[in-house]
Amino acid sequence: MSRTRNTPAIMDQLREVQIPFAAGVVESLQAGDLISLTGTLFTGRDQTHRRMMALLDEGAGLPVDLAGQLLYYVGPSPARPGQAIGAAGPTTSYRMDVYTPRLLALGLMATMGKGSRSQTVREAMVRHKAVYLAAFGGAGALLSKCIVAAEVVAFADAGPEALFKFTVERFPAVVINDVHGRDYYEMVKTAKDLSR
Amino acid sequence: MREIAAALVTGAVKKITMEAGIRLEPDILDGLAQARERESSPLARNILDLLLVNADIADRERIPVCQDTGVAVVFIELGQDVHVNGDLGAAVQLGIQAGYQEGYLRKSVCDPITRVNTGTNTPAVIHIELVPGEQLKISVLPKGCGSENMSGLTMLAPSAGISGMKDFVVRQVVNAGPNPCPPLLVGVGMGGTFEKAALLAKKALLRPLGMPHPRPDVAALEEEILTRINDQGQGVQGLGGNNTALAVHIDLFPSHIASLPVAVNIQCHAHRHKEIVL
Repeated sequence: MSRTRNTPAIMDQLREVQIPFAAGVVESLQAGDLISLTGTLFTGRDQTHRRMMALLDEGAGLPVDLAGQLLYYVGPSPARPGQAIGAAGPTTSYRMDVYTPRLLALGLMATMGKGSRSQTVREAMVRHKAVYLAAFGGAGALLSKCIVAAEVVAFADAGPEALFKFTVERFPAVVINDVHGRDYYEMVKTAKDLSR
Repeated sequence: MREIAAALVTGAVKKITMEAGIRLEPDILDGLAQARERESSPLARNILDLLLVNADIADRERIPVCQDTGVAVVFIELGQDVHVNGDLGAAVQLGIQAGYQEGYLRKSVCDPITRVNTGTNTPAVIHIELVPGEQLKISVLPKGCGSENMSGLTMLAPSAGISGMKDFVVRQVVNAGPNPCPPLLVGVGMGGTFEKAALLAKKALLRPLGMPHPRPDVAALEEEILTRINDQGQGVQGLGGNNTALAVHIDLFPSHIASLPVAVNIQCHAHRHKEIVL
């Protein structure tokens, strides 16, 4: 181990996945898989969701079509000059649970954050064939290096809670909930219980 | 009576705020490295390596360690022989505002009803304590709220005793699961009153990581609770292993004969703190 290496060993153990997902890819992801994401995704957290829900309630469309997309729960820190974005690790996902089934019903294919999802969200993921990924919490500086471009798409006045589009390269994540209804956090707990 | 200009306070707060956001202190880096050495899970070892690389990138490239640069919690120990020329509270708030702006730190503070961001990361939460002497000590603890949200307080009956306290702390950490970014620092406030217990739990986070409580019986409790937490197997990021927590810090205060308040303040591994003495 080292504090000076730029690339931790885990980055060489990841299955590379393009986003948005090609047909059949989401179904192939298994709870516990270590993956790296390359492509584009959208971001949103608390206020982003509240505002999207308000738009849907009014009968207006969302600022972007989330069908087939990955939504990353993050509120980045501001970019210094010359950076695409500041620190940009995951925020805790359960706060979005109340909003997620509605977005999954609109075709959202994956969400990414950290921490457990509610039973309601897990069931909705199985129903809509969607997955939930965990990014590494508290690694916002390292993860910012995997984001090569960032632009605000909507809600600019919400600051870190704006809806961004990120272009990512080899962004690391763990599959927590797969389309088969498995939950990796639960699997870890069960494995521990079995080993006792 | 020693005179300190308010502008000096503002400058000091700004400086340590900017540093705290991007640089983990040696106690935390050592704690993560030691956890890595005793970690049983290969995946968790890899993630601890990743967290150490993250800290290095943050320091070298001046990127915040974590995008949640927190609500600023400021502890001030004001020597009673110090006179601050100007408004001390306002001077601290100005320093926080400047530190977050110039340090490219995220502004995360909003009105609790409208949820509109104040845009400055102020107001900071300030705790001032009068102490003997003519120094002014300022500690800034930028507190991320993924972990703060997992904190809790209970008013136990004295009959619940030490075992009730231990069960509450362990349950609080287990129920938090992967949400607060383990490996954690667990601050525990025991005794006092409702608000005193919460403040003790928060202040316990400021003790250097893993330094045991000076009272041997309390230090033994810290060790026992840490072992119980780590035996649960949730591990780094909730992905398994024997490092769910790096340390448990307990602080005590005598309580009413009818009462046993216990507060648990959860802190993530990106435990940022910085102190300065003027």
